[in-house]
Amino acid sequence: MLEIKDLRATVSDKEILKGITLNVNPGEVHAVMGPNGSGKSTLAQVLAGHPAYTVTGGSVRYDGEDLLEMAPEVRAQKGVFLAFQYPVEIPGVSNAYFLRTAYNEIRKARGEEEVDPMDFLEVMEQKLKVVEMSDAMLNRSVNTGFSGGEKKRNEILQMAVLEPKLAILDETDSGLDIDALRVVANGVNALRRPDRSTIVVTHYQRLLNYIVPDYVHVLAAGRIVKSGGKELALELEAKGYDWVTGATGAAA
Amino acid sequence: MTTSAYLEDVKAATSRDGEPRWLRDLRARGAAHFAKVGFPTTRDEDWKYTSAAPIAELDVRAMQEPGGEVTAEQLAPWTFGENGWTTLVFVNGRYDAELSSGADLDAGVHVRPLGEAREEMPDVVEGMLGSICTVEQSAFVALNAALHTDGAVIHLAPGAYASKPIHLLFVSDALSAKGASHPRILIAAEPNSKATVIESYVALGEATYLTNSVTEISLADGATIEHYKIQRESPRSYHVATIDARQGRDSHFVSFSFAIGAALSRTNVWTVLGGEGCGATLNGLYMADGEQHVDHQTRIEHQKENCYSREVYRGVLDDTAHGVFNGKVYVHPEAQKTDGKQENHTLLLSPRAVIDTKPQLEIFADDVKCTHGATVGRIDATSLFYMKSRGIGAVRARQLLTYAFAADVLEQIELEPLRTSLEELTLARFTRDDR
Repeated sequence: MLEIKDLRATVSDKEILKGITLNVNPGEVHAVMGPNGSGKSTLAQVLAGHPAYTVTGGSVRYDGEDLLEMAPEVRAQKGVFLAFQYPVEIPGVSNAYFLRTAYNEIRKARGEEEVDPMDFLEVMEQKLKVVEMSDAMLNRSVNTGFSGGEKKRNEILQMAVLEPKLAILDETDSGLDIDALRVVANGVNALRRPDRSTIVVTHYQRLLNYIVPDYVHVLAAGRIVKSGGKELALELEAKGYDWVTGATGAAA
Repeated sequence: MTTSAYLEDVKAATSRDGEPRWLRDLRARGAAHFAKVGFPTTRDEDWKYTSAAPIAELDVRAMQEPGGEVTAEQLAPWTFGENGWTTLVFVNGRYDAELSSGADLDAGVHVRPLGEAREEMPDVVEGMLGSICTVEQSAFVALNAALHTDGAVIHLAPGAYASKPIHLLFVSDALSAKGASHPRILIAAEPNSKATVIESYVALGEATYLTNSVTEISLADGATIEHYKIQRESPRSYHVATIDARQGRDSHFVSFSFAIGAALSRTNVWTVLGGEGCGATLNGLYMADGEQHVDHQTRIEHQKENCYSREVYRGVLDDTAHGVFNGKVYVHPEAQKTDGKQENHTLLLSPRAVIDTKPQLEIFADDVKCTHGATVGRIDATSLFYMKSRGIGAVRARQLLTYAFAADVLEQIELEPLRTSLEELTLARFTRDDR
């Protein structure tokens, strides 16, 4: 589904990703872990098409197409979803209106008919339950004045509504208490299907207790320095990042 | 300009028959002041960024005869979909009884066209008209004092409570072309009374004309007035409006100015917090495109202790539109514990759009909390990316963010049907298919 080959990217002329290679097959959950500044969030943002990053080398194919050639909205319309580490506040646009617009834009792009506000409300009712949110949140402006936990839940709500084929969670666990973490994880797990894949970007192992990955990759200084199964996350938790990043230093 | 239609009108105004002495005096004072100062120039500090020259050159006579062929159906789009509001309709500056509706709905609430008010409540009108907004304030106020022919008076008896909004709807149609109207409004709120007043200026067609209104608002102790001004004039018209309020102890004045029409518009909103414990909230939204020029000047004068003022003006400017915002806050030495906050935010959609924004705080008390902030910006790239990452196309995302920027201040409008209507209007403006 996703083939990343030797991906390099810069921000303000500083190279952050220094050759990432990663394959994600349908149905798989990949965890990308790493210390601060390792480039894991950059990888997530580059896959979603953030304009602040410049891809300087390598390729990314998504369902056989060149992902890097697509505008961010086209990526989303084709099923890529990024749950932001820092969800953006949009005062003046209600959550309901924002979600319905996104939902309909994606349907339109796929040649499907738009849904009217009443029908959409029914879609929402079910999805709200998944993330244990009240419908009062729908009338509030997008993320405006939301607590950290509410913002992250709102990201998962959007994901639940838009039903992406490739979900990328960028440190969705940061700043969450254990209850919110459980809710977020349940939301992600509810979406798991053999044809859908997930990339979980995280600093800590604890989210992976709830969203169990098939593969774990450790990023350091813009490269994947170690890959393994879910047990790698536990090992990292026990030994710390120095255990692998130190190894990089020696290899280089 | 040695002679002009304005001056001829002004001269004629002082010799009108059949008007009471106080009114002839007011006209004479207005005429004298206008003749003395003439129209402001850009050397005048308050008119530095707005040239009144196009209005001077327009050189139009005040419309004397009632005219216009406006039907009730044509007014439907301008009434916020609400029935049951007391509505006074003015066509090309003249009161139209046929189109107006709603009598005095509540005890102690009197809404009258100016002519009737002079007959029915002479003491209120004579005692107050021209006493709040004096002719010396500006050339436009003086011109209005000399030439006003119609308008409205709203009188609230002590403790009176207007349960529904009062809508003053000024419509200009094709017959207004090359004419001027000078609407005059007086709102006199006695102690502990409350009303919501909407002043709308709308156009059927695209005539060139001048509107020069003056609204005087007196808020006695404990009174509350919510005042909404909706300016949707013809794109070829000129619009100057002055709203001047005087506030007694514990009174609350809420003003909202919504401005999207006219080739050139200038709206002055002034208030004096003249008693302890008053509050003033002055908000506004201006949206302009093409070659429109839209100017707001606000002046909040804190005279007494323990008062607050809140002010948020937002603007969205496209093409070569020019916006001006000047917010003065004056705090007198005895106005301790003043709590003032002012914001002006403008979104520029085109590299050729211009905003001149000038917060002006003059504080002479030493124990106050006053802040101000102004931002001028373009669409936020992070927000844009966030929307795109949800599948919303670039054009639509820009439209929504533009709407959101504007709607942020509309949320402040307490009157729900009006807020909804203005939100819809704003959304439609930025989601037109041709944009």
